[in-house]
Amino acid sequence: MAGRATPWLIGLTLVLMAAGLVGGLWLAPPDYQMGDGFRIIYIHVPSALLSMVVFAVMAVASAVGLIWRIRMAHAVTAAAAPIGAAFTFIALVTGALWGKPMWGTYWVWDARLTSELILLFLYFGYLALVHAFPDRRTGDQAGAILAIVGAVDLPIIHFSVQWWTTLHQGATLKLSGTPMPVSMLWPLLVMMLAFLCYFAWLLMVRLRAEILRREYRARWVEKI
Amino acid sequence: MTPRRQRTLVVIGILVGAGIGTAVALTAFSGNLLYYYTPTQALSKNLGPKDVFRLGGLVEKGTVERKAGSLTIRFIVTDNRNSIPVVFTGILPNLFRAGQGVIVNGHMSNRGVFVANQVLAKHDSDYMPLKLYNKENGTRYTEPGQMNRGAGYGGP
Repeated sequence: MAGRATPWLIGLTLVLMAAGLVGGLWLAPPDYQMGDGFRIIYIHVPSALLSMVVFAVMAVASAVGLIWRIRMAHAVTAAAAPIGAAFTFIALVTGALWGKPMWGTYWVWDARLTSELILLFLYFGYLALVHAFPDRRTGDQAGAILAIVGAVDLPIIHFSVQWWTTLHQGATLKLSGTPMPVSMLWPLLVMMLAFLCYFAWLLMVRLRAEILRREYRARWVEKI
Repeated sequence: MTPRRQRTLVVIGILVGAGIGTAVALTAFSGNLLYYYTPTQALSKNLGPKDVFRLGGLVEKGTVERKAGSLTIRFIVTDNRNSIPVVFTGILPNLFRAGQGVIVNGHMSNRGVFVANQVLAKHDSDYMPLKLYNKENGTRYTEPGQMNRGAGYGGP
């Protein structure tokens, strides 16, 4: 299944990413306050979205793995974790680079930035934990519990800009009345889709490798 | 009860337990999680020169004054109910302008002026093409890359 889906995902990712980048970097007009500086949104927002989507996928897979005792589900969590950590890191770095000229600082300890940093540490914690046990099954279970508990951070990140006063601005993308004209909006949505496909592609590749690594003693692997 | 049901309950229990624990902790610390005080909150707390805090609000239009030949700037931060005058010497962020949100870090002087050592600008999450803005307002807002200088300063 993964083998057949991967070429489609690669193609879809490349097409969407090319369209999103051309739209975001050339076609979208400069912003009235930030000039061309606003264009980092086309990387920052999709990365931040994916940092949360990936962790949600990990939490669901972990719950499935714990409840139905499916080893495959734990492999999904393990395969997704480094990808999610990378997206979180990109979101934090692009945010800092934008923050310096626009806000006047790279970093502040407000609720949004801090909770996103905690998410990065949750990814690191998961990766450290699953590899800390000599027995992989114990590591999988410990990691799964961490992923489920850590999912509590996701609503905190999302609602932090509403619950507390933060330097980070509120959400731009809203179901009703987005304060962004279509010419600037569509490349953003395309980039978000592109990042989702990119994640699916990477997950397929990594999941195959993860399963092969875990089942290297099984007879079907020997045949390959 | 089947073992699978039991495990389901355990997983739900972990999630609910962690959720409640976090909610209790966040409620307890909610005062500390506020990144800044509004002028109304700051004035009601009667803060003195030794209390360093962050003040957030809008830069009141028409109150931005630059002292000639220096980096010193004075403006009024308001939440549309109360306002506090602010004085700051230093470099301002790109998004700083009249009518926009700012967060200033510093303390109150004895004369009721907020002495800031850092000014951060808040983005209002509104986006608009520069050309459209100039067309609607009939003026050149600011050139990209030259924000906060010259005519754009003090803003519309």
